[in-house]
Amino acid sequence: MPLSVVIIGGGQAGLEAAAALRTQKFDGAITLICEEPHAPYQRPPLSKDYLLGKQQEDNLGLRALSYYENHHIDLILGERAERIDRASKTVHIAGGGRVNYDYLILAVGARNRPLSLPGAERVLYLRTLDEARALRERLAEAGSVVVIGGGFIGLEVAAAARTQGKDVTVIEAAPRLMARAVSPVLSDFFLNLHGTQGVKVMLGASITAIEEGAVVAGSRIPADVIVAGIGVIPNTDLAAAAGLATGNGIVVDECLRTSDAAIFAIGDGAEHPNVFAGGARVRLESVQNAVDEAKCVAKTITGQSARYGDVPWFWTDQFDVRFQMAGLSGGHDQQILRGNIANRKFSVFYLKDGKLLAVDSVNRFGDHIGARKLLAAGVSPTPEQLADESVDLKKLV
Amino acid sequence: MPNVTYISDTGTTTTVNVANGNSVMEGAVKNGIDGIVAECGGACMCATCHVYVDEAWLPKLDPIGEEQEEMLGATAADRKSNSRLSCQIEVRPAFDGLVVRMPERQV
Repeated sequence: MPLSVVIIGGGQAGLEAAAALRTQKFDGAITLICEEPHAPYQRPPLSKDYLLGKQQEDNLGLRALSYYENHHIDLILGERAERIDRASKTVHIAGGGRVNYDYLILAVGARNRPLSLPGAERVLYLRTLDEARALRERLAEAGSVVVIGGGFIGLEVAAAARTQGKDVTVIEAAPRLMARAVSPVLSDFFLNLHGTQGVKVMLGASITAIEEGAVVAGSRIPADVIVAGIGVIPNTDLAAAAGLATGNGIVVDECLRTSDAAIFAIGDGAEHPNVFAGGARVRLESVQNAVDEAKCVAKTITGQSARYGDVPWFWTDQFDVRFQMAGLSGGHDQQILRGNIANRKFSVFYLKDGKLLAVDSVNRFGDHIGARKLLAAGVSPTPEQLADESVDLKKLV
Repeated sequence: MPNVTYISDTGTTTTVNVANGNSVMEGAVKNGIDGIVAECGGACMCATCHVYVDEAWLPKLDPIGEEQEEMLGATAADRKSNSRLSCQIEVRPAFDGLVVRMPERQV
């Protein structure tokens, strides 16, 4: 009898899991439960080309609607999975429906961390298409924009708003931009980039109140639109209520299995052991992680031996800069620069005891691809090779 | 909507309607055509949507940008003069009938 797989979560991880199962010739039933009313769509453009009006809503779908029908994927839209009964292997849907599974994949993602301040109800967020649409509409009529949070989302929104000619201020509590994800050299580069483009950036700033049309952070900063991008909270409630182990995300092993062998967790909401973090458990918020974890689980379910071990990579587009990261740089003891920061075309290599851990590239596409190949192969070039622009990294593998 | 024909390395031919403004990569991925991986989702980040464009159509394409040029150096299958990343070919009415061939491997 063919097995049935239920996937909770219609983000990229959930969709890719369904697609990967069919690619792996899985011929059982697949049910994809999506809380949002939209069929799975791409999130990365929401804070980039979609906000700029360069990409339209009907182009965002990850698959054509006919795909789901042709590949026998039962798409349940606008419904929320309410409870998992592990004993009977049943997912209960809010409002009364239920679906049985042999394997369950939790691709439940994360939600925006809400701002807790007086007046916070005036703040917009950006994660879903509905939120992006609301922001796009509000931006169209705005003269001034305040972005709370100088992380990736905040800076992408700031760049898009500034590109549209808005008066933009970014307020960041930490002493540097994107502090959680990048090294000081990249924080400084992006501070300079945004400054050059006319974005006002306040670092180490604390906000005391959100008022009608303004944010108070020391002084009163006028804001027709206020957007917050201050991180996310993994959606662990459903898993925790079912008695699954959770920490900073749903805890999984190297095969992405939860503490229940019939249940997997993938994507932004899962905390997995990562070989590029020395085996430490991490939670990654990226397309790469969503796609590769989905493929890994599909292999396991179809009886192949698979352990998650793909090279992490990530990108962001801000103004005319494409910034690409490969690997995880935590714990590095050496940094090597290739190229010229002032020309906005450089890479920074991070090593520990001579071993290459990660590579950040600004407008150096070849370096990024080369870095991914080097990291996947476990090859560490010499500092001289890394610093030498004439060395093609791809050819060292 | 323009029709785009995708031919696999084993000769399987599939023709689909691709909306104007979508890329040739999106036309394949959204319709579940095997042979184009696009592991980055179309951001010109991965060189896994490599295609060989039918020679007759080459003159109609935009020139290869710097980013695509570097990425084409990283494709899994051999790069030829008609190699393109299909995420960088945006479908427009003049491309009705476009034919692309997919390499034997993308990764």
